[in-house]
Amino acid sequence: MVNPITEDLVRFELNGDTVSVSPTDGERLSDTLRNRLDKRDVKSGCDAGDCGACTVLVDGSPICSCMVPAQRVEGQKVETLAGLVQDDSHAKALAQSFQDHGAAQCGFCTPGMMVSAVALLRDTPKPSIAEVETALGGVLCRCTGYRKISDAVVGVSEITSPALSGEVGDAIRRLDGQEKVEGSEAFGDDIAPADTLVLHIIRSPYPHASFKFGDLEEFVAQHDGVEAVLTVADIKGENCFGVIPSFADQPVFAETEARFRGEAVAAVISTSDTMQRFDVGSFPIEWTELPSVLDVSDALKKDAPQLHADRNGNVMCGGFVTCGDPDAALEGAEVTVEGRYQSGFVEHAYLEPEAGFARMNNGRVEVFACTQAPVMDLEGLEIILGMDRRDIRVIPTAVGGGFGSKLDISVQPYLALGALKTGKPVRITYSRSESMQSTTKRHPSDIKLKIGADRSGRIKGFRFDGDFNTGAYASWGPTVANRVPVHASGPYRIADYHAQTTAVHTHCPPSGAFRGFGVPQAAIAQETLFDELAEKLGIDPLEFRAINSLENGVPTVCGQVFDQGVGIKACLEALRPGWETAKTECAAFNKNAKSTGNPLRRGTGIAAGWYGCGNTSLPNPSTIKAGLRADGAPVLHQGAMDIGQGANTVISQIFATALGCPVSQLELIGPDTDVTPDAGKTSASRQTYVSGAAARLSGLAMRAKILKLCNASDKAEIAFAAGQIHVADADETHVIDLHQMHTDDEGYVLRSEETYDPPTEPLDENGQGIPYAQFGYAAHIVTVEVDTELGTVKAVKCVAAHDVGKAINPLLVEGQVQGGIAQGLGMALMEEYLPGRTENLHDYLIPTFGDIPEIETLIIEEPDAHGPYGAKGLGEHVLIPTTPAILNAIHNACGCRIRAIPATPDRVLSALKGCSDDV
Amino acid sequence: MGYFAPRSIEEALQILARNTVTVVAGGTDIFPAQTGKLPKNDLLDLTKIKSLAEIERVEGGLRIGAGVRWSDLLRADLPPSFNGLKSAASKVGALQVQNAGTIGGNLCNASPAADGVPALLVLDAEVELASGKGQRHLPLSDFITGVRKTALGPDEIMTAIHIPEPPENSVGSFLKHGSRTHLVISIAMTSALVWQDSHGRVAGARIAVGSCSPVAQRLPALEDMLLGLPVSQINNLAIKDTHLAPLSPISDLRGSAEYRISIAKVLCQRALILAVNGEATDG
Repeated sequence: MVNPITEDLVRFELNGDTVSVSPTDGERLSDTLRNRLDKRDVKSGCDAGDCGACTVLVDGSPICSCMVPAQRVEGQKVETLAGLVQDDSHAKALAQSFQDHGAAQCGFCTPGMMVSAVALLRDTPKPSIAEVETALGGVLCRCTGYRKISDAVVGVSEITSPALSGEVGDAIRRLDGQEKVEGSEAFGDDIAPADTLVLHIIRSPYPHASFKFGDLEEFVAQHDGVEAVLTVADIKGENCFGVIPSFADQPVFAETEARFRGEAVAAVISTSDTMQRFDVGSFPIEWTELPSVLDVSDALKKDAPQLHADRNGNVMCGGFVTCGDPDAALEGAEVTVEGRYQSGFVEHAYLEPEAGFARMNNGRVEVFACTQAPVMDLEGLEIILGMDRRDIRVIPTAVGGGFGSKLDISVQPYLALGALKTGKPVRITYSRSESMQSTTKRHPSDIKLKIGADRSGRIKGFRFDGDFNTGAYASWGPTVANRVPVHASGPYRIADYHAQTTAVHTHCPPSGAFRGFGVPQAAIAQETLFDELAEKLGIDPLEFRAINSLENGVPTVCGQVFDQGVGIKACLEALRPGWETAKTECAAFNKNAKSTGNPLRRGTGIAAGWYGCGNTSLPNPSTIKAGLRADGAPVLHQGAMDIGQGANTVISQIFATALGCPVSQLELIGPDTDVTPDAGKTSASRQTYVSGAAARLSGLAMRAKILKLCNASDKAEIAFAAGQIHVADADETHVIDLHQMHTDDEGYVLRSEETYDPPTEPLDENGQGIPYAQFGYAAHIVTVEVDTELGTVKAVKCVAAHDVGKAINPLLVEGQVQGGIAQGLGMALMEEYLPGRTENLHDYLIPTFGDIPEIETLIIEEPDAHGPYGAKGLGEHVLIPTTPAILNAIHNACGCRIRAIPATPDRVLSALKGCSDDV
Repeated sequence: MGYFAPRSIEEALQILARNTVTVVAGGTDIFPAQTGKLPKNDLLDLTKIKSLAEIERVEGGLRIGAGVRWSDLLRADLPPSFNGLKSAASKVGALQVQNAGTIGGNLCNASPAADGVPALLVLDAEVELASGKGQRHLPLSDFITGVRKTALGPDEIMTAIHIPEPPENSVGSFLKHGSRTHLVISIAMTSALVWQDSHGRVAGARIAVGSCSPVAQRLPALEDMLLGLPVSQINNLAIKDTHLAPLSPISDLRGSAEYRISIAKVLCQRALILAVNGEATDG
């Protein structure tokens, strides 16, 4: 007997309860769990089994719930993280261990990691690192670099949570970790009620195309469940946004022509059931493909199609820094080297695709979305919607990784327009391919560099010319163009210097901010050419860098002289023992390999980097507000977006230290444009430094107000109690009764609000000036193993020295270092985004478990006078040295120089065949 | 939309005969390939058919149900001839994929980079196909006919893979080469099956290469060359272009055609060494 169709109702056991649900036939189990059973702890990152975030246990076995039709689990037992942490002893232990080890940063992959780990621990209670890597290898993480996750699973039974107050310098757990390990952290797609209308964006299938709509009203009328279509006609303000006002050029909806594949032209809003079945082909639009330019050389040709009428020759802008007489210096140099270096688009590949939710509330529009810059989002919406900013509220959700791309507007205007047009709540989540097609990328670069030196190893002349493919719209292209010439010297004294950049438009996705704003690309050229120069001079690579490194009192290429805080020499000195060990070990390994016919060769490479924290020569303030409630609770309005890096914890530690209380006493209110002042964007490695400095001032101001209430001295100790503050000063303790004090309209009896803006000065026409108040410094050693027959490169060890001024939280410092190195490794060895070809996470490869080597972090604390407690920024610094260190290590291993990344096995083998060195 | 989950092959074949359906087993190829939220066709889910999920010894060899998952295969107690197949099973995607993906699905999906194919080719596997008209067997090499093309009829379901009794003392091996550790589509892969005579000479060898041609290929010229060779000489094998004649690699984003040919030689040699000595670096 043939069953025509299964019953509508599917019954199964979900986290111990029997549930009945009616999914659409063939619906993914992940969608059923999230949208029909409210199990938002199951994360959807790719819908293709590529990321593992949606891992659940079906009859105990970990599977990707995005690849299972919901009907299949009829009668089976399904377990998700939220259920496991309630009932499963392994999950409970993992929840503690993940927090103790800093294994969750943004937390988006954490459910997939922990669920996979539970299955492993049930079979193997004391797994090895190799067993963990195999069991968790199907889950991608973009933040941590995986090592802390393996450590957390291997060390699950040895929990040691030290009792720390959380003052500056304490390696405490993240304050927001519990939500991440129990799956309750609400990301962009975790906010909207299940019956919310869904928005889908119609995008250009071509890099350059004109289009005409058919009858949109008829389309709406003829499709049941379709509520509305949005086009440019719905925009009451300006159809334009951009992160740099003077360059703003990107339309919310393209008006007549789309300038890149994936550009939005319209949006459909419908019920979720209708959207499930929506066929994009049914949307009435007619496309005409137009000639396109996809790289810089084509875009600069005379007859190239022009992207923007006011940008001649497709050139958007340039950057320039010069000092001394570079040409004369190079002329007079005893040794010179030169090279050309190329890199492609790099995709941020955060595990959380852009998502959000908007609703109308008493005539105001409220937008909930993942973002790195809530106030910039508000300002962008104000212009697009043509509304008073008081009528817009931006409430960021948790952010599942950003790395620069979530600085730009993505889903926000569509959501706001949808809520305004329908008057109803609207949600959207980008598919993985939409996220990859439409959001910003790291700029492809084409760099020519020439460097000279004298016989003693001192640099004599440096000439850098770089073209950057900035894609179809400006985004952060001007920032990249400006930052690169300031940083292209690396942290070295170069008296005769020329660095010039050009940002060129193409019909590609906009290139924007990605951890380092172009500096990593420049460092590849500079740091690998330094090795060539050192080799030619017969000077050890570390020694060569030490000879030329900046010091206090020595001018940078911008003529900026720091009289304190220059930490590059300390980083290099810290690496000396590791460098000697690595060289010796590689030599021994290779000697043995050669004698046994083993095709593997090991090599070690070093590279350094620096990075200016905050905006380049522009105002960049952060404001931190705090209030003391009458019940005695100090409340911190923490507006610095935590995108996984740890701002919630770091800013709190700084504030608590300044105020003089344990961090556990603070209550946090997160970013929300209605109640929390602007702490600026999470960008430019500025939050620890700039928002941290504001938090310190705010903490000190609050403390001063408290002390003044009882005329206590600066040395007094403050303790908050129920409705009281106890102030212990010398031999007397004052008790302040808060209930006797006036309460303001926010419920505070005391408040503080302080702003910090880094002292910088404009750059002149030669790029001379004060671009940043502080730089952070870094140097890495990476040891690699090259399979000389296959071209495969495997990193085996990394030692990373980072001058962070003061490690506010050493655990989080390590997290940033390891995660940044993983991204640098990906860029070096496997990552290249090709529009139209690698729009998913199986063709676009990021590192997996097993690709990241052991990482030893050396924290250097050369305090900075401007930073809170001496602290400097860190986030972007990390991946600057990694890629060139790997390329230098490849050369050290087998003699070939890779000048175009990624160094895929194919490219490495081809370089090996082309080089004559005896390997 | 419809969703069918029959409990028997007979039932499945009846549904197939009467409906336009997409047959789904593990789902690890179907769902990633799907562009919208829902499948375009009704689904015929084979995972509730118990007989498809069995591995059994039968006369003349081993019968592996088409619905056997990679992780089932990894747990199965099989002789060293199956080392290559087991190694391939451990390299399919990652654990989540191995816990869902099936051996039959891998063959029916007919990707040039299907991890299971080279190891099954060296085991001389045959596929068992069922339809309302009965059963037929096809050598695997005849079943996959091109990129995403097979000899499966519209009314047929693959029910099993038959592996004839492997040569006595044969040992299998498999190497997969990609740009990262887990979740990787191979640039090239090889599988070998080697057995020796009592004098330490190659009594027989089979070798197959995947991801270097529309369909994975055996390399008969190389197999012939190995016959009678002292196994100690496998370390110094001179694999020539002519040995790789059946391969016709393309250049794609994972590697150039030239690169694929170049590493195919290395991987063949290493797979042979692994089969003979149990030592080789992993691709």
